Amino acid sequence: MKKTQSRAVDTETLLDWYRKMVFVRRFEEQAERSFRRGKVGGYLHLYSGQEAVAIGFIAPLRADDILFGTYRDHVYPILRGTDPGAVMAELYGKATGVCKGKGGSMHIFDVAHGFYGGYGVVGGHVPLAVGAAYALRYDPGDRVCLCFLGDGAINTGAFHEGANMAGLWGRDGLCPVVFIVENNLYGMGTSVPRSSAETRLASRFDSYAIPNEQVDGMDPVAVYEVARRVIDDVRRTGRPHAVEALTYRYAAHGAADVRQPYREKHEIEEWRRRDPIVTVEKRLRAEGALDDAKVAEIETAADRQVEAAVAFADASPEPLAEELFTDIYAGLPVDAHRA
Amino acid sequence: MPELTYRDALKTTLIEEMDRDPHVLLMGEDIGVYGGTFLVTEGLLARYGSKRVVDTPIAELGFIGAGIGMAMLGLHPVIEVMTWNFSLVGADQIIQNAAKVRYFSGGQVSVPMVIRGPNGTGVQLSAQHSQALEALYGHFPGLVVVSPATPADARGLLRSAIRGSDPVMFLENASLYGTRGEVPDGDYLVPFGSAAQAREGRDITVVVHGRMRAATLAAAAQLSSDGIECEVIDLRSLRPLDMDSVAESVRRTHRAVVIEEQQALFGVAAEIVTQIYERCFDSLDAPVVRVSGEDVPMPYARNLERLAQPNEVKIAQAIRRTVG
Repeated sequence: MKKTQSRAVDTETLLDWYRKMVFVRRFEEQAERSFRRGKVGGYLHLYSGQEAVAIGFIAPLRADDILFGTYRDHVYPILRGTDPGAVMAELYGKATGVCKGKGGSMHIFDVAHGFYGGYGVVGGHVPLAVGAAYALRYDPGDRVCLCFLGDGAINTGAFHEGANMAGLWGRDGLCPVVFIVENNLYGMGTSVPRSSAETRLASRFDSYAIPNEQVDGMDPVAVYEVARRVIDDVRRTGRPHAVEALTYRYAAHGAADVRQPYREKHEIEEWRRRDPIVTVEKRLRAEGALDDAKVAEIETAADRQVEAAVAFADASPEPLAEELFTDIYAGLPVDAHRA
Repeated sequence: MPELTYRDALKTTLIEEMDRDPHVLLMGEDIGVYGGTFLVTEGLLARYGSKRVVDTPIAELGFIGAGIGMAMLGLHPVIEVMTWNFSLVGADQIIQNAAKVRYFSGGQVSVPMVIRGPNGTGVQLSAQHSQALEALYGHFPGLVVVSPATPADARGLLRSAIRGSDPVMFLENASLYGTRGEVPDGDYLVPFGSAAQAREGRDITVVVHGRMRAATLAAAAQLSSDGIECEVIDLRSLRPLDMDSVAESVRRTHRAVVIEEQQALFGVAAEIVTQIYERCFDSLDAPVVRVSGEDVPMPYARNLERLAQPNEVKIAQAIRRTVG
């Protein structure tokens, strides 16, 4: 793992990242409050703590690149430019949600911004991303596909079958996929040492002839430096590459979890000392780009934007009853399948 | 109209569709160098190259999932499963992603993908290689499930499947590959959800699909000499299901028998019989009867295997009983 010098990212860019990270953190905190108030149903998996990974990998992307994510999926599309109000409305199960209220928290999609979804079966989206990457090189082109996955996915058959095919197809330059393993130490409540015989997860990719490395997933600049190089390389070669980002989630696995018997409070506090937002804030203060007043201004702006997203979600209508039967088939009449 | 085998009807349709649309590609185990376990794709690797005829590892979960990702990005993969039995390894991808991703994305993506291969019982392949899975896949909204029984329907349904916009489970049968029949030339398409009258008759409606069509037509020919005229309706497509054609026939004949290869419990015939009762109760002169496989894993011994399956004799008996 490389420690990065701060010169890679200029102050203006870092300030932009800071604003974005503050915003998505506040967005997730609001989503949890809305869940507690019964406005958001089902499962809700929060990204707080892992922001550096998404920031660092999404920053070097082109507008026509594509991404596949896990069920901890609100932040990726927002960082790509998806309207946060439409994401919040999806959590609220409203007609104005990104998926018309049919997907919910675990299935955020925004194809217009290249986000091909959140998926609820651990590891199940990995082969999809591999096939999508193949499609990006089937006709001449240089787009890339990012596939975010967690440390839990690394032990699934879908991961191994997908990674092997990526390695095979990459030999012909037909699989421009970047696997980003967000190792947040726990698959729900089971730690990496208790679930993976080999705990250096990046090394799993050795078996599939996919170059791999680790990065400090709490440092957005470090992530960005690796991401920029890897994405450039994958774009040029059409071959897959893997990065294990060592990171941490602060919240419970899902918002419905009331107990966390698998970890101690002090562990969370230790990781919070390396919080990506705090780290970037310190650096920007040292560079004179932030002071108390500016921080307060940015936080207030983030809160206003979150409030606007909630107001939009709250005021939006529920899906019409007719929507129950739409979007099942693309090529058949709405009632074709009904008895 | 040329006469082709079922195998050649499939193969020529693949060629025509691949020539027509450069975004159609084939993927599966041993479909390229080996030419396909049942030789449906023989010679296509040489014709189209390895980017369009992709030999995969033995990894159904992986390559079916990859096919879904390709389809979401605009390709039209036609995936061969060596047999449908092995689709169960990839069933999570079929059921959890292919069938549902359009719905839970609010219609933002579609999955124009075909999965094809032999379904049902072979000859002495025993339990893991002998099952008909239409009831399983027919259960899930978002999937199309078809079961062509003739070379013409193999062509017409495969063409609809490749040109369609949805994931199609295309159920062939090993015993059908060598069968011959007339196959229309040109842009012949059979739409989904359209049953066919395989035989006209006044006394009873017999509902079939796939391999059971031939056994039922043989039974019907035999019964005809005893003065019983069967109308045989070949469903061709199980999802969507053309119950209008079935009901129209039953209202004329007032009797029905439903044939299926697989075991009865929670099966295809159970669904069709229920819908016949829902739509045609007042027209029926006799209880509707099912002929199904026995409720056992498929045994190896030839005599036991024969006992486990529906056949011409069992079908004829059920029809005689129903006609009374």
